[in-house]
Amino acid sequence: MIVASRPGQSLLGVAGLAIASMPLWASAWHMQLASTAMVAALFALSLQVLVGATGLVSLAQAGFFGLGAYTVHLLGSPPVWITLPAAVLAAGVAALLIGPLALRTKGFFFLMTTLAFGQMLFFAFHDTPLGGGTDGLFIVRPSLGFPVPRAARPAVFLLVNLGVVAIVYTGLCWLMGTMLGHALQGIRSNENRMAALGHNVQRLKLIAFVLAGALAGLAGHMSALTDAFVSPELLGWHRSAEALLMILIGGIGALHGPILGAFALTAVQEGGTLLTDRPRLVEGVVFLAAVLFLRQGLAGWRLRARKGVPTSIGDRR
Amino acid sequence: MLASFIAQLLNGVQYGLLLFLISSGLTLIFGVMGVINLAHGSLFMIGAYLAFAVAGMTGSFWLALPAALLGGALFGAVLERVLFRRFRTRAHLDQVLLTFALILLFEEARSALVGNQFHSVPIPAVLDFSVPVVGDFGYSAYRLAVLGICLLVAAGMVWLIERTRIGSAIRAAAENTEMLDLLGLDAGRVHTLVFAGGTALAMLAGALAAPLQSVYPGMGDGFLILSFIVVVIGGPGSVAGAFWAALLVGLIDTLGKAYLPQAAGIAVCGLMAAVLLWRPTGLFGRP
Repeated sequence: MIVASRPGQSLLGVAGLAIASMPLWASAWHMQLASTAMVAALFALSLQVLVGATGLVSLAQAGFFGLGAYTVHLLGSPPVWITLPAAVLAAGVAALLIGPLALRTKGFFFLMTTLAFGQMLFFAFHDTPLGGGTDGLFIVRPSLGFPVPRAARPAVFLLVNLGVVAIVYTGLCWLMGTMLGHALQGIRSNENRMAALGHNVQRLKLIAFVLAGALAGLAGHMSALTDAFVSPELLGWHRSAEALLMILIGGIGALHGPILGAFALTAVQEGGTLLTDRPRLVEGVVFLAAVLFLRQGLAGWRLRARKGVPTSIGDRR
Repeated sequence: MLASFIAQLLNGVQYGLLLFLISSGLTLIFGVMGVINLAHGSLFMIGAYLAFAVAGMTGSFWLALPAALLGGALFGAVLERVLFRRFRTRAHLDQVLLTFALILLFEEARSALVGNQFHSVPIPAVLDFSVPVVGDFGYSAYRLAVLGICLLVAAGMVWLIERTRIGSAIRAAAENTEMLDLLGLDAGRVHTLVFAGGTALAMLAGALAAPLQSVYPGMGDGFLILSFIVVVIGGPGSVAGAFWAALLVGLIDTLGKAYLPQAAGIAVCGLMAAVLLWRPTGLFGRP
């Protein structure tokens, strides 16, 4: 996992400051767009803990995201210091229940098991009265602890989301430097070797799975807070695939890849909606081009000459 | 009560057999080529729309079936040569994203060509009656015909794979592609054949399903998830496994939707999880 270089980190910092200054110069609509991109970045970052760091491709991630979002609704929107830990806890516990089962399988089977478990969570909210209907519903935003006038909402949520992304990204940068982070990266490059070295691979993978699930729950919570809307679609596997695409566009081998990818994909989606009648066509073409030609992602452009940067996980032959 | 239960049972078997048409292609494509094709459900949808178009233009539903088969074979061959060939040895993640992109493109192409409305295809007049099953309770003749056609296709596949030279080449390719090259057989052609065949079957299933339900955008989504569940339960690469798993999943899903609608989706996914935990390579998969 490549933590950005010094110049790279400075660039990320400058970008963060630019976003933080948006309330001074940008329209409410642009700030909402940036908030959407940051929630997406948070979600993709959570998946990167599995994909980029540990080498596990999961399609259940959206289930944990949606669980985090629905926690806000199910609790009846108490203040944010209750909903946020509750959402993280709910998603983390779900991951702790699903993880040991899903992690018994590998490769194709892991992909399919996580697809099934993710869809189970989707059906739990789609087919039963628990989620309040198949079309989704508007929810009451949890209070931030201080009054937020309607006009200030875009700016406030922009700053809150930016803060959460910054904290999670910094935390993951730190984690990748610890023994645990190195062990996870060891599993990605060679699982058998890690087992032979005496590491408990299964437990390490579970830790990554639960951490990723809890972070996805956090992302879901931020989505509910920002949009004040939840729907079963949040849990569908299409969302997981989109997050995988953000990682691929941004760069599998880089921790900041998902952030770049989330902003790129949000820009593509918004550009497609604004400029053409067929946004999904634009999205499809971009996906196709990315998977055909952009194999190291945006973050990989400058890394290409360096050795030892994983271009893709688990090339099978 | 009994009559309606028998009807649901027959519906389940018929649904399961339709599911087999879709998942047999999927399981062979994964078993032989190692490719995960998430766009397989979209091929099913394309087959249904093709049936709608052909039946509308010619007035005959029966022309739609060979059209779906031939069109599917051609479409599948082109897709394999142009795209999937390059992705055979790529990571699963790349395959997932490639085929997810194809889903979006197919849906958009469909939307541009025929719009987003729901359509219905009439049941062919010859079969638009019901067959008495128990007492005065009847069952749709068209559904029985679909059941028969699916069984014929299944028997044909078993014969093709177990008894012919092409079949032995397919089995050899599933075992070891490099070995096939060493034996002087063209593995690339086997791959094209398998992918074309799988696409043709998925589109045939779509055409057969068109008169049973409405033809609508995203109609392949539910089938996609269920067929992957079938592939995993049966064991990837195993046509026999796909057959029994498809019947099982079809029955559970249909009976579940009829008697316990809240739990049907969860039950099928739970079944797959249970099978995987019990036999991690599926019921008929090699360990």
